[in-house]
Amino acid sequence: MVLSPEALARIDRATAKYPSDQRQSAVMAALTIAQDEKGWLSTETMDFVAQYLGMPPIAVYEVASFYTMYHLKPVGKHKLTICTNLPCALQGATAAAEHLKQKLGIGFNETTADGLFTLKEGECMGACGDAPVVLLNNKRMCCTMTPDRLDALIKELK
Amino acid sequence: MGLPVPPFAHDVFGPDAIILKGLDGLNWRLKDYEARGGYQALRKVLAEKIPPEAIVNEVKKSALRGRGGAGFPAGLKWSFMPRRFSGQKYLVCNSDEGEPGTFKDRDILRYNPHVVIEGMALAAYTTGASVGYNYIHGEIWDIYERFEEALAEARAAGYIGKNILGSDLSFELHAHHGFGAYICGEETGLLESIEGKRGLPRFRPPFPASYGLYGKPTTVNNTETFAAVPWIVLNGGEAYVNLGRPNNGGTKIFSVSGDVGRPGNYEVPLGTPFAKLLDMAGGMRDGRKLKACIPGGSSMPVLPGGVMMQTDMDYDSIAKAGSMLGSGAVIVMDETRCMVKSLLRLSYFYFEESCGQCTPCREGTGWLYRMVHRIEHGKGRKEDLDVLDNVADNIAGRTICALGDAAALPVKSFVKHFRDEFKYHIEHGKCLVPEYL
Repeated sequence: MVLSPEALARIDRATAKYPSDQRQSAVMAALTIAQDEKGWLSTETMDFVAQYLGMPPIAVYEVASFYTMYHLKPVGKHKLTICTNLPCALQGATAAAEHLKQKLGIGFNETTADGLFTLKEGECMGACGDAPVVLLNNKRMCCTMTPDRLDALIKELK
Repeated sequence: MGLPVPPFAHDVFGPDAIILKGLDGLNWRLKDYEARGGYQALRKVLAEKIPPEAIVNEVKKSALRGRGGAGFPAGLKWSFMPRRFSGQKYLVCNSDEGEPGTFKDRDILRYNPHVVIEGMALAAYTTGASVGYNYIHGEIWDIYERFEEALAEARAAGYIGKNILGSDLSFELHAHHGFGAYICGEETGLLESIEGKRGLPRFRPPFPASYGLYGKPTTVNNTETFAAVPWIVLNGGEAYVNLGRPNNGGTKIFSVSGDVGRPGNYEVPLGTPFAKLLDMAGGMRDGRKLKACIPGGSSMPVLPGGVMMQTDMDYDSIAKAGSMLGSGAVIVMDETRCMVKSLLRLSYFYFEESCGQCTPCREGTGWLYRMVHRIEHGKGRKEDLDVLDNVADNIAGRTICALGDAAALPVKSFVKHFRDEFKYHIEHGKCLVPEYL
């Protein structure tokens, strides 16, 4: 089995939200659940999701490659996505991104040698008032990330 | 800096708030909402068996306009739903809030989720939809989880589900999350996304009211639009329009970001002067001067500070001033900001987020980005400003959805209002203002 019984139970709960002949509607939820468990989406995982939901594999690849929060390659244990869009940039996000790059010694779309951190540049997360905003592993939003708070976050994760 | 952290003062969103009234950040649960008078509108409609047509008329009278960006009259949109259609109909809430500068739906959903649920139940009653989905921006995962919790509360209390409060009304409501695609904020892209596909916007017509989710009649409204409905049902359309101005009814939540003292959400009557809103947001940060402002989210034209200071915050006044109210995202820029660099970041965004379906947008957004990039980096050519304008004109209006226009409008307006700055960059290969961005 590619995914755990717990993951399958969660996918079943997502599928139940949609009409019984529209299982494909749960593909975004299923890929999210699969990614949470596996860390990234391999072809094997995506093929499993396709089969589970009764979709052609290509339709699952299309979705996984369209939405930016799915990982089609392995990422570091902690993926940090920082929004640098204009409203955030006006509130210190450019400097925060620089600080992260310096601190981790990597650029955007790179992973530290120890495999702990991947750094990504993000687009609007809808939280501009809390800028600078860092999204940790797609799920935890860290707000007003001044250099001090960034340092504290990195320390917490190490 | 940053948004208020709960528990905060009850009037933190402004003294005239109705959607965000009485919130302290912790009182989001069902019992709190009921204590504030929540679900009374739904009870009233069901107990008095108010005809759906009467509700549509009240919403029309209220001059409630779509709060997601387009400003389309909500009552009119509801009236497009086919009355006699006996099959499945759907209701969809667009909480895919990713328009740069906009962060109001996040606060509505985390601090007052039940007002959205009640608004949707009222809309379901009115339009005859028995199933609904709230599509929530993937990046705000904690808000998605909270909404699921609120749904469980509402379901347990009988406010959604079968035979709501013992009536004939049945309405199932579910949360669906996005996962990183700005284009899904476009309503037909959003519907494709719920169907489990890439969020490629659909050609219209047919409009969602006749061919929406799974090909069924569907109404899509923004979170804030639904959130205004319970108040309108309880107090009447006329009372709502009187809160604002004719054709611009009610209050609007403005997300103020950028170079201000207190970035945040402020719910004010439509027609409130920009100067007053800026004051509520703590004025200009560090006492600097206002240079420019995008009044409605990054897709809307930028306006010079002097024009903004004379403008009132409602749909018609902002349109008259040369921009659009859009989603109500007010991005404030002070005198130290380079307009070329600011536009560069926005142009990159549209280039990155174009779904690639239409050639003018897929190719044009890249072209705009590369040209602004070279101007910013001292490699601009004399003819570039005219070419930029020309490329923008060849995107706008030539694509399936409005993302093309959204990419073109900032370019045209930045170049129009700050042409000297762009020219200086091209002629001197550097910036007019010292760089802080």
